[in-house]
Amino acid sequence: MKTLEEKPTEEATPREPARRGVTRYRARRVSYKVAMYAILFGLTAIILLPVSWALTAALKPDLEPVFTPTPEWFPTEFREWGNFRRVLTDVMPFLRYMVNTMIIVIASILGVLISCSLVGFAFARLRFRGSKVLFYVLIVTMLIPWQALMVPQFLLFVELGWYGTYLPLIVPSFTGVAFFIFLIRQYMRTIPRDLDDAARVDGLNTWQIFWRIILPLSTPVLTVCAVFTFLWRWNDLLGPLIYLDDDSKFTVALGLANLVTRADTPWNLTMAANLVTVIPTVLVYFFVQKKLIGGIASVGLKG
Amino acid sequence: MGRRRKSLIARKEQRAAYLFLSPWLIGLIAFWLLPILGSLLLSFSEWNIIGDPEWVGFENYRDMLDDRTFWVSIRVTLKYLILSVPLYIACGLLLSLLLNLKVRGINVFRTMLFLPSVLSGVAVAVLWVALLNPDVGALNEVLRAIGIDDPPRWLDSPTWAVPSVVLVGLWGIGGGAIIYLAGLQNISAQLYEAALLDGAGAWQRFRYVTLPMITPTLLFVLLTSLIEAFQVFDIAYVLSRGGTQGIGDSLQFYLINLWNEAFVNGEYGYASALAWVLVLVASAVILVIFRTSGRWVYYEYDPERER
Repeated sequence: MKTLEEKPTEEATPREPARRGVTRYRARRVSYKVAMYAILFGLTAIILLPVSWALTAALKPDLEPVFTPTPEWFPTEFREWGNFRRVLTDVMPFLRYMVNTMIIVIASILGVLISCSLVGFAFARLRFRGSKVLFYVLIVTMLIPWQALMVPQFLLFVELGWYGTYLPLIVPSFTGVAFFIFLIRQYMRTIPRDLDDAARVDGLNTWQIFWRIILPLSTPVLTVCAVFTFLWRWNDLLGPLIYLDDDSKFTVALGLANLVTRADTPWNLTMAANLVTVIPTVLVYFFVQKKLIGGIASVGLKG
Repeated sequence: MGRRRKSLIARKEQRAAYLFLSPWLIGLIAFWLLPILGSLLLSFSEWNIIGDPEWVGFENYRDMLDDRTFWVSIRVTLKYLILSVPLYIACGLLLSLLLNLKVRGINVFRTMLFLPSVLSGVAVAVLWVALLNPDVGALNEVLRAIGIDDPPRWLDSPTWAVPSVVLVGLWGIGGGAIIYLAGLQNISAQLYEAALLDGAGAWQRFRYVTLPMITPTLLFVLLTSLIEAFQVFDIAYVLSRGGTQGIGDSLQFYLINLWNEAFVNGEYGYASALAWVLVLVASAVILVIFRTSGRWVYYEYDPERER
């Protein structure tokens, strides 16, 4: 009897503070969430407002001032969509720049995918003498900035007669890019070895193992490499600046840089050109971003 | 018999390996070794593409000591490095912690905050040339509206030019956060559960679980951001030419100077010497960081990666 009586009192005393604790915990949890959302929305605004300002400026007619005492962040007043046509074909040749850049991008992606998957496969899954030393060489070439070699490379390409063509921007991709080789090697190492052994028992040779088994399993990392190559080539300024001399061959980054460094370009057209050149990268980004982030996560950075 | 067969297979595998490696080996010789040797020779010569290179010994390297522009470029690059590297590492990490929260709609925020990192350096610079205009730019209009009567003159002022570049870089910090986020997502949830059971608070979980577990990522980011400081080009190229005049050489980054000497002044020998200094500095940075990294980088034992 005594125990039955005592039991509820024992529970009752701690119950009250516990309930209060839960509500306090919940309240803290809610205010914590509100604060996090406030920060997230604030940061998103910092990212998007400048872009939205650029769109507002791009849609203004020629005589309307782009800069106003209170910045106009949203395109409420003017909708001069014709400005985009003007920078693409009429006043400026940005459509041509985009086609030019696309040629370089596609050729580079092709080169990177072919060469880096072959080399990455060798590093990841084949035994050969000197593999350690060559891997160190790979890491060193990854860390040394390529710009350190731009002068002699330039002289080499001039000697080959490649100045003024896209070849200096494309051909090196076909001999592999250290960072991508590294990524692909890391990824291919995580594919179970039993697959190779089983394939060898079935009589497949090394090439067939690469082509039929390892390569199809490596599409996530190959996608990452293709997207990075696209972004790197599309956005590259220094390469085209050094090697291209003819306006009809310019890339978007070079065309855009020239536009700004020429003082007389109106701001509405500058912003229109700016937005036009980033649309392809933004589209690609939106389509592949899940794969991209997942791809980076799966590749990992541990050596 | 068995041994012989094995060596035959091994030899076959080795031959295959070198075939697979051949595109890279060709590139290594043609686009790395040859240029490296060429640039080493050039750095001891004087040459402006016409005629034969003239051997001048260490003169190019000695000239650097008296070259005011060279020292300006070193100062600008160091100023950028000191301002940007700690700031980017800390902000990138904070942002990735925020984006790693498991709240509704976090994917949308991730998408938005990573967005600037896919935009070209030129496009971002063009946008910020307009926003940072000291008299009519949106940023200063906002600053004046909130009561700062005398906002910085950004790209117009020698003091604020480098901080402006750092600020623009901060806008694109999301790119760095992707790498941290990948690191964070590789941390096993069990570690956090164990820490919670031991009664660890939020700060302790960060300090004793998150931080040690992402030190490999921190090492990678530290290395790349130090080297990247010597590679700043696009943004400085556009900002120093697109902004209003009057900042002189306050955006004369190391690579801008190198490019200038080679492709504007045609001083290929001197530019090669500058490039070699860059290689030596980059190698020194890498060596120092790798040598000291054993003390602070924590590698989880992972048998699958030991092969």
